[in-house]
Amino acid sequence: MNTPFRAHGHGHVDRDTTLSFTFDGITHTGHPGDTLASALLANGVHRVAGSIKYGRPRGVLAAGAEEPNALVQIEAPFPEPMLTATTVELYDGLVARGLSGQGRLSSRPDPARYDTMHAHCDLLVVGAGPAGLATTLAAARAGARVILIDELPRPGGSLLGGQELLDGAPATVWADGVVAELDAHADVQVLRRTTAFGHYDDGLVLALEKRTDHLGATAPAHISRQRVWRIRAKQVVYATGAYERPVAFDNNDRPGIMLAGSARTYLNRFGVLPGRRAVVFTTNDSAYPAALELADAGIRIAAVIDAREEVPEHWRAACHERGIGIRAGHVVTGTSGVERVTRAHVAAFGRGRLGERQGIGCDLLLVSGGWNPAVALFSQARGALRYDTGIGAFVPAHALDGVRTAGSASGTFTLAGALADGVDAARRALSAIGRTCRTTALPSPAPLPDAAPAHVLWRVPSPQDDQDGAKQFVDLQRDALVSDVLRATGAGLRSVEHVKRYTTIGTAHDQGRTSGVMTSGIVAEALGVDVADLGTTRSRPPALPVAFAALAGRNRGELFDPIRVTALHPWHVEHGARFEDVGQWKRPWYYPRADETMDEAVLRECRAARTGVAMMDGSTLGKINVQGPDAGVLLDRLYTNMMSTLKVGRIRYGVMCGVDGMAIDDGTVIRVAEREFLLTTTTGNAAKVLAWMEEWLQTEWPDLRVHLTSVTEHWVTIPLVGPRSRDVLALVAPGLDVGKDAFPFMSWRDATVAGVAARVCRISFSGELAYEINVPAWDGITVWKALHTAGGAFGITPYGTETMHVLRAEKAYPIIGQDTDGTVTPQDLGMSWVVSKKKPDFVGKRSFTRAENRRGDRKQLVGLLPADERVLLPEGAQIIATSEIPAPPVPMLGHITSSYRSDALRRTFALALVRSGTQRIGETLYVPLDGRTVPVTVTEPVLFDKEGTRRDG
Amino acid sequence: MTVETPARFSPLSQWRDSFAQLPTGVQVRELPCLTQLTLRAEPGSTAARSIEASLGITLPGPLRAEVSEDVEVLWMGPDEWLLVAPEVSRHDLLARLRSAIGDEFATVTDVSAQRTTLALSGRLVPEVLARGCAIDLDPRVTPVGSCLTTLLAQAPITLVVRGEGASSVWLLVRASFASYLATWLLDACTEYRGS
Repeated sequence: MNTPFRAHGHGHVDRDTTLSFTFDGITHTGHPGDTLASALLANGVHRVAGSIKYGRPRGVLAAGAEEPNALVQIEAPFPEPMLTATTVELYDGLVARGLSGQGRLSSRPDPARYDTMHAHCDLLVVGAGPAGLATTLAAARAGARVILIDELPRPGGSLLGGQELLDGAPATVWADGVVAELDAHADVQVLRRTTAFGHYDDGLVLALEKRTDHLGATAPAHISRQRVWRIRAKQVVYATGAYERPVAFDNNDRPGIMLAGSARTYLNRFGVLPGRRAVVFTTNDSAYPAALELADAGIRIAAVIDAREEVPEHWRAACHERGIGIRAGHVVTGTSGVERVTRAHVAAFGRGRLGERQGIGCDLLLVSGGWNPAVALFSQARGALRYDTGIGAFVPAHALDGVRTAGSASGTFTLAGALADGVDAARRALSAIGRTCRTTALPSPAPLPDAAPAHVLWRVPSPQDDQDGAKQFVDLQRDALVSDVLRATGAGLRSVEHVKRYTTIGTAHDQGRTSGVMTSGIVAEALGVDVADLGTTRSRPPALPVAFAALAGRNRGELFDPIRVTALHPWHVEHGARFEDVGQWKRPWYYPRADETMDEAVLRECRAARTGVAMMDGSTLGKINVQGPDAGVLLDRLYTNMMSTLKVGRIRYGVMCGVDGMAIDDGTVIRVAEREFLLTTTTGNAAKVLAWMEEWLQTEWPDLRVHLTSVTEHWVTIPLVGPRSRDVLALVAPGLDVGKDAFPFMSWRDATVAGVAARVCRISFSGELAYEINVPAWDGITVWKALHTAGGAFGITPYGTETMHVLRAEKAYPIIGQDTDGTVTPQDLGMSWVVSKKKPDFVGKRSFTRAENRRGDRKQLVGLLPADERVLLPEGAQIIATSEIPAPPVPMLGHITSSYRSDALRRTFALALVRSGTQRIGETLYVPLDGRTVPVTVTEPVLFDKEGTRRDG
Repeated sequence: MTVETPARFSPLSQWRDSFAQLPTGVQVRELPCLTQLTLRAEPGSTAARSIEASLGITLPGPLRAEVSEDVEVLWMGPDEWLLVAPEVSRHDLLARLRSAIGDEFATVTDVSAQRTTLALSGRLVPEVLARGCAIDLDPRVTPVGSCLTTLLAQAPITLVVRGEGASSVWLLVRASFASYLATWLLDACTEYRGS
């Protein structure tokens, strides 16, 4: 197929291979090396989409990441919204359409892989243009570990878009040679198709590598499509080049209006002619090479409109040679054309006044308003910028300790300057980390005539009588106009940061690469201040849009968050357990039998524990080994009750409080030996309690000779519960005297259980006769299975966390964090007995004497029995005093903390924190529920076996 | 009476076949049921010196591991080491340490089942680890004998560099995180297994 706008003899695309793609329903062809934008232009397609606010036709303004207009929605091979046509590498079978602003995500899950890679280097160089290549080469030859990243598939940067010579050969030949040398260095890594998007503290730079995007449907599924690189660099050099900026004039947004340097890139990198007849409008020298090269490639240059009064003689001569007329001291004031520019309106411009306008027919209007160094990442690194009047742009004021710029990013726009600056940047960066860098021989560019100064021109006055700037676009993606900027300053805004947010300029996908500095210039003019004093906006990450999928990397699906399991987990899975997430743990919730509902299963499990025997996996309980001569002293200071008097072989329940006297955790403490204790914490608090204890030990009482060691996962812990638990234990631990007196409540024994050395504790979280069998985790499954087998004759029933909750709630054993919320004291829980009155001090003691903590009308833990014994009150429900809900504000007495169906009580019940709760026992209170109120009777919290007769079986 | 000790089940015993299918560049093997003892002692104290004499080893400084004949000592903190030894030497090692400590203040805790150990070897190991670990494994930065407690993906691990250029490492991971880590490791090798 013929593509009418290919320039023969130009470009780095592979003409021997043809790719087919579809845009807006029409099939076109292109070549490997094309972007979607270059392929569209090669087919004569300029209009990409309508603008987001005004629906105006828009085309391709630029050739790279600065593109504000040409947003596309990819439809195939997989839907992806809001990509710039200028950065989408063309592939066969690509289906895309132009976008007015927002696109749409796929409704199907993305099948592609995304991953992450960490990397480290002495020097990170961002940008493989002439400066970045020179920096990398110098550093590589000095033996440094270097990573070079570049957004393009082929290194060379601006060299790919020009026709410069180095040592008499095309500069791209030099670039290819440098890359070949770099590839041979073991300590140098060159990452192509990789864009830095965030600079963070301590030299951490995040970059996105597009690994298989360019392969389209042929991308292998096992290779990640995109990768986020997390690069830790001792030194960073941003050789990120510069972005050309346009000039604002009326109707400056039509398809066919393009940055001059971008048109040059389309010719030289892609072999594409972006039009047939062009007008070039410039404020500086850089548009002349574009005009000349395009003219030589066959584009008719109708005129060069130079805002400067003086045009350097060598450009005049070169244009004259090609029959190109130059109009010095002129500007473009506006354009004609709807779907494509057809005419540029030109007028003389001096001392703020426009002369008579004249139209020049064209299908391409090239604009250059100067060049802005690409300093977004340097700015993210908190690098300061200063306005350079010589180039009319913001440049880095000075290098940071670990971050600097080189080449155009520093405002050095000549090729010779960029190469020298690149080597200099390498030398400075390596010197900062104590390394030396020898001189690197640089190739010589063709001699350039002296550059003439640029004329700084932000906008051309509107020639029309209507509102000034109302047709002059600043941010094309946001459809924000010069008149919007003037409205902002008219409203009193003085800061460019405020104007940015008022107008939305610079907030689109392109981060204002073509509009940000222009806005500063227009604001400065409007306010009558110096743009150097006004400054420009600070950049923040990400510098380019990054898909959430890429940021997530492998942290999705089963790897989203670590799933922690106990050694018994496979058994639970095999036996049909439903699991509950407790922090990162998967804990068996209940074990339904065929067709059982959760309610039915839990009632059955509860019945087994109260009437027969049941077992559960309690391995997730936090366990902390406390050793040393002062272990008892430490525990006395951290628990509210006395621990140092505990005898070896015995166990005590304890509560820890914060300095405010509020309960923060509870558990059991066993005395293993004279100098050794083992304490348990609630599952969710294991790490927090260890940190809490270490903090006191390390910061307040470093004199105590105690060591704390987490042993949570060393042990599998199996509570064996119920009146027949003794019988089961006797079967699996024949050597252990399980008699009531030989092995009393709150004691522990070392014993052989199922052939395994175990520690058996007689503690109960249900009120029933119960044992807790602890074995090293690798023996857990053996013991669990042995208990299950031995208990078969007694109908042993595995139970989950739900049944555990019901059983303990029937006995009013609180769950810290469920029945408490950080504002509840042990006394509020009805556990004054756990607070020592003898100990001289412990954490929280002082607070118990505070008047606030002694008030009788604090919220206290009570039981609640709904009048209708079938009604299950929702946890969190509020409690009020009246059967009618009064007008707001409703006086609320408290809330329900736990609520269950009880098999033992044959009814529902709840625990609640109620104001003056202990004084209300016997009262009827009300719980608003679904527009009515449910009457409930306040009771003592313990609802089952108040006398504790079941404890010994 | 001698009772036959039942078989032990390590956290990753069910992963052996999956590990076996990994490419040669990254071999993964669980070293199950190793003896692991947490030692807490003040460096340079009488107890520490006595332990060093008993083990015939110098307790390593920050970020280092030391190997003697039968025990590997991993630095875990300013006064904390993890002693790793074969399964059979647990009681002997415990006894030696306790005897060396005597009445001095230093403590030993058996945490053998707390973590399992993965031995990774092969030329791809550094790259596989770089997918989830922020540590620089370059031999000039992290030579053989380095011991770092860090994160691999989202799992807390202790990483011991045993072969030049991290071509051979140990990962010690808490038992509850082991299957997460194994899942992550297999996933991280996807690209090397080919399509």
